[in-house]
Amino acid sequence: MTKLGNAIFRRLVIIIPYAWLLFFFLIPFLIVFRIALSTTAIAQPPYVPVFSLSDGISGIWANLQQLSFDNFIWLTEDTLYLNAYLSSLKIAAISTFLTLLIAYPLAYGMAQAPRSWRPTLLMLVILPFWTSFLIRVYAWIAILKPEGLLNQFLLSIGLIDDPLIILNTNWAIYIGIVYSYLPFMVLPIYSALEKMDHSLIEAAQDLGCPPITAFWKVTFPLSLAGVVAGCMLVFIPAVGEFVIPDLLGGSQTLMIGKTLWNEFNANRDWPVSAAVATILLLILVVPIVFFQNFQAKAEEKGK
Amino acid sequence: MPRWSRFNIISVVLGFAFLYLPILLLVIFSFNESRLVTVWAGFSTKWYVALFQNQGLIDAAWVTIRVALLTATFATVLGTLAALALVRYSRFRGRLLFSGMVYAPLVMPEVITGLSLLLLFVAVGLDRGFWTVTLAHITFAMCFVAVVVQSRLLSFDQSVEEAALDLGATPLRTFFEVTLPIIAPAVLSGWMLAFTLSLDDLVIASFTTGPGATTLPMKIYSQVRLGVTPEINAACTILIGFVAIGVLIASIVTKQRELQRQRDEHQAARGMS
Repeated sequence: MTKLGNAIFRRLVIIIPYAWLLFFFLIPFLIVFRIALSTTAIAQPPYVPVFSLSDGISGIWANLQQLSFDNFIWLTEDTLYLNAYLSSLKIAAISTFLTLLIAYPLAYGMAQAPRSWRPTLLMLVILPFWTSFLIRVYAWIAILKPEGLLNQFLLSIGLIDDPLIILNTNWAIYIGIVYSYLPFMVLPIYSALEKMDHSLIEAAQDLGCPPITAFWKVTFPLSLAGVVAGCMLVFIPAVGEFVIPDLLGGSQTLMIGKTLWNEFNANRDWPVSAAVATILLLILVVPIVFFQNFQAKAEEKGK
Repeated sequence: MPRWSRFNIISVVLGFAFLYLPILLLVIFSFNESRLVTVWAGFSTKWYVALFQNQGLIDAAWVTIRVALLTATFATVLGTLAALALVRYSRFRGRLLFSGMVYAPLVMPEVITGLSLLLLFVAVGLDRGFWTVTLAHITFAMCFVAVVVQSRLLSFDQSVEEAALDLGATPLRTFFEVTLPIIAPAVLSGWMLAFTLSLDDLVIASFTTGPGATTLPMKIYSQVRLGVTPEINAACTILIGFVAIGVLIASIVTKQRELQRQRDEHQAARGMS
């Protein structure tokens, strides 16, 4: 009786979330791939022909077989997309690096803090994460505007004579990404540094190693796992970021998340957005798999 | 013993200033008399009054709260099950795929998740609106819940569970009477995380919504595009206030539980000696 109950319980615990994720996470991707494939067949701007999507996958399939392949338009549009992909990767890489530069000293300082302070400091890092992402990005508009608070401050202390143009440039995007994703970088680095055995540093210093060298030879390598996890958590979503480039970036800023959004909402070109999403996913597969392996390993260690 | 040097203190102070200053400025300027958000013209609460007369925003807020409550509840159940599957019943066929599907949404760009879910809803012929947004939110929020609960499941002593099972408790009873009370704080913070994730989401909701189901972030976003206004600052301040109160209560509860646990352990230790 217990054995049967056990088996049923166990089975349900696995099957329910498994089925949910299969249906709402994996199958949608397959649909995206299919529609992206049909781009070459049906993408004829200005109008997307009626897709008969309501017939389900079989309907799309039937459509696909009826139409001839013609990827000419896709190819002519290619440079725009290529540039958007490249610039997204560049912006995400620079932002990730800047986030690391700010997050590491913060995490290091937190890990060195008196033990009784650490939970409070940790909560202070997590707290902004609970406030709306949109609000946090929005708050920067008022600060970075040419007549904004930052420029007012810098002008009043006489550091600059003319207002800095930051809003609607790539710098605003870097600031936005660093600000929004900072907790994601701080937390893994902090947890790696906090676990570190301090006698190792003492040993290095006792043996005559200067503090800076001790940091690069002992502390940093030991925190590398946290650094890698943090970089993944920032870089991957930043590549596809939409809200930050849309609100803080300029009209000339190309980022693939924004391109996809426009393609979908403004141009209403679903096959092209599906294709854009497919390629973005293919680009991100390597870092995502890397991140998953990393998580799985951390989980193994936790056991 | 680690030393808290001046460099450490400065980097922590600067880091926190960077994290909190923008939010603080936003809150301050929501009480600004002037329509210009960047020029201070005296204290006023008129934007809060204006906010409560804005029916569109209030309707959107209701939709958002309903979606978030449903999302948090279902995502917590599904996420907890997923965490159990990953940690306690870790050997089953297709586990690699399963853990992949749990971790991938954590880093998946929202535009991809949103678009793929929309295409799913269209393909199965579901009318887009309140329920499609909720289903989409449950899907990505449950993965965050799973990770939070999983870390708690990994860190507690499994022998308590084994003891209950050995003493003849059914797995279901063991779960509800042993496991669940132990992981309750993680489940609760998973619920809160799912709630705020849903409250916060703009991109996925925009893709999966339909007529009549405009959420608060969508409303705020469309107004922000027209320019920064004190009214939006006021709306944001209220949201921040809610979150701050929630987090404060949660941390007090956790702290008291922790103290209680320490007291219990002390007494247990004394009883043994």
